[in-house]
Amino acid sequence: MAISIVLPRALHQYARGSNVVSLDEPCPTVADALASLGARLPAVTDRLLTEQGELRPHVNVFVGTESVRFLDGLETELADGSTLTIVPAVSGG
Amino acid sequence: MTPTLTTDEIQRYSRHLILPDVGVAGQQKLKAARVLTVGAGGLGSPVALYLAAAGVGTLGVIDFDVVDVSNLQRQILHGTKDVGRSKLESARARLHDLNPHVRVETYETRLTSANALEIIGGYDIVVDGTDNFATRYLTNDACVLLGKPNVYGSIFRFEGQASVFGMADGPCYRCLFPEPPPPGSVPSCAEGGVFGVLPGIVGTIQATETIKLILGIGETLAGRLLLIDAQSMQFRAMTLRKDPACPACGTRTITTLIDYDEFCGSPGAETMDDIDDVLEITPRELAARLSGGDDSLDLIDVREPYEWAIAHIDGARLVPLGQIPKSLSSLDKTREIVVMCRSGVRSADAVRFMQSQGFARVRNLAGGILRWSSDVDPRVPRY
Repeated sequence: MAISIVLPRALHQYARGSNVVSLDEPCPTVADALASLGARLPAVTDRLLTEQGELRPHVNVFVGTESVRFLDGLETELADGSTLTIVPAVSGG
Repeated sequence: MTPTLTTDEIQRYSRHLILPDVGVAGQQKLKAARVLTVGAGGLGSPVALYLAAAGVGTLGVIDFDVVDVSNLQRQILHGTKDVGRSKLESARARLHDLNPHVRVETYETRLTSANALEIIGGYDIVVDGTDNFATRYLTNDACVLLGKPNVYGSIFRFEGQASVFGMADGPCYRCLFPEPPPPGSVPSCAEGGVFGVLPGIVGTIQATETIKLILGIGETLAGRLLLIDAQSMQFRAMTLRKDPACPACGTRTITTLIDYDEFCGSPGAETMDDIDDVLEITPRELAARLSGGDDSLDLIDVREPYEWAIAHIDGARLVPLGQIPKSLSSLDKTREIVVMCRSGVRSADAVRFMQSQGFARVRNLAGGILRWSSDVDPRVPRY
């Protein structure tokens, strides 16, 4: 199983400078993928999830092009080869 | 009433007039259009320039800032001669020079809950080029209440986002981001930096979408979020959906504008509270002691190496904030320590942490090296 997680540049400083994290372990759901991400880069998932493990309201996770808010949230199932894109709110103008 | 084009205008817009999908009828729609640009900064600059060049008849611009030399790296509405001048005066002159046929209406104020409905109500389309969350939520909610399209753009470092919100069946900003991040958790461009060309890319996308909305052509970004990464030069479009539970455009429980500073938190106030409990030394006091030959002080600079490379105070030692915990053993608890950063916020965090680790004689440099530059040594550059 291979899942790619595309991180925003705002989080690169917590991700040892990497833009895309590839997960090879089984990740049946988005929550599993974020848990695997957290095992490697805890400072990243701290910024995506609340202490209760919910998605922070200023963060979106897209599976392919669909936001998990409009799928099954963190329980959204992942197919092999899925790409997750993390999109936080940014305010610059 | 459809405005007619003068001979001058026909010459000026000839490349539009011969373009299928624009033509005379389209150019007349542009001339009749009223567009408000919120902010005359990084995004507002290319937006206003291209809309003026395209012949949008009335261009509203709202801003309350003055041109600073550090704006010129990306805010192409303004020039070196404009430094110190109001951004609106500068914008008006530049836009008039570009296209005297465009009427420029300026609002030298902050967009607030008290004035937003009245100002936005006078326009057909709003372009969000603001630089803070409070004004973004305010702009969104006012546009939803008034039924106005909101052409959104936002940038950070090398990445941008663009979409069109506020269309009758489309999502709004709150459908995408129900709540703002906690204050201070997401750095602004002033804190995190921004690639100067990026607002040019995102702002021209906003101008494109605005013109398409006026002309009624093509497929706009309504229902899509365009993600732009200037480093990999990838443009990706995500699907956006209208959230039936959205308090603005779904359930419509938001029926009046709220206090958006409170909604988004007030980082300025919190920051000051955070610093209040930390012992300080002012740059003048520190300078007096150092110039008196006092060598009982250790100076620790907790900024990042790339900031140190821009400017630092002689005699200081660089220990980035993230390395303070593991560097404590190299610091002498018995000596007096002054901790500094750019403006005094990060160093206050360091002081608080060091105090918790038994450092009793540690103080924060008030106002950081920015105040050192203004009060003591102007040769230290400000950034």
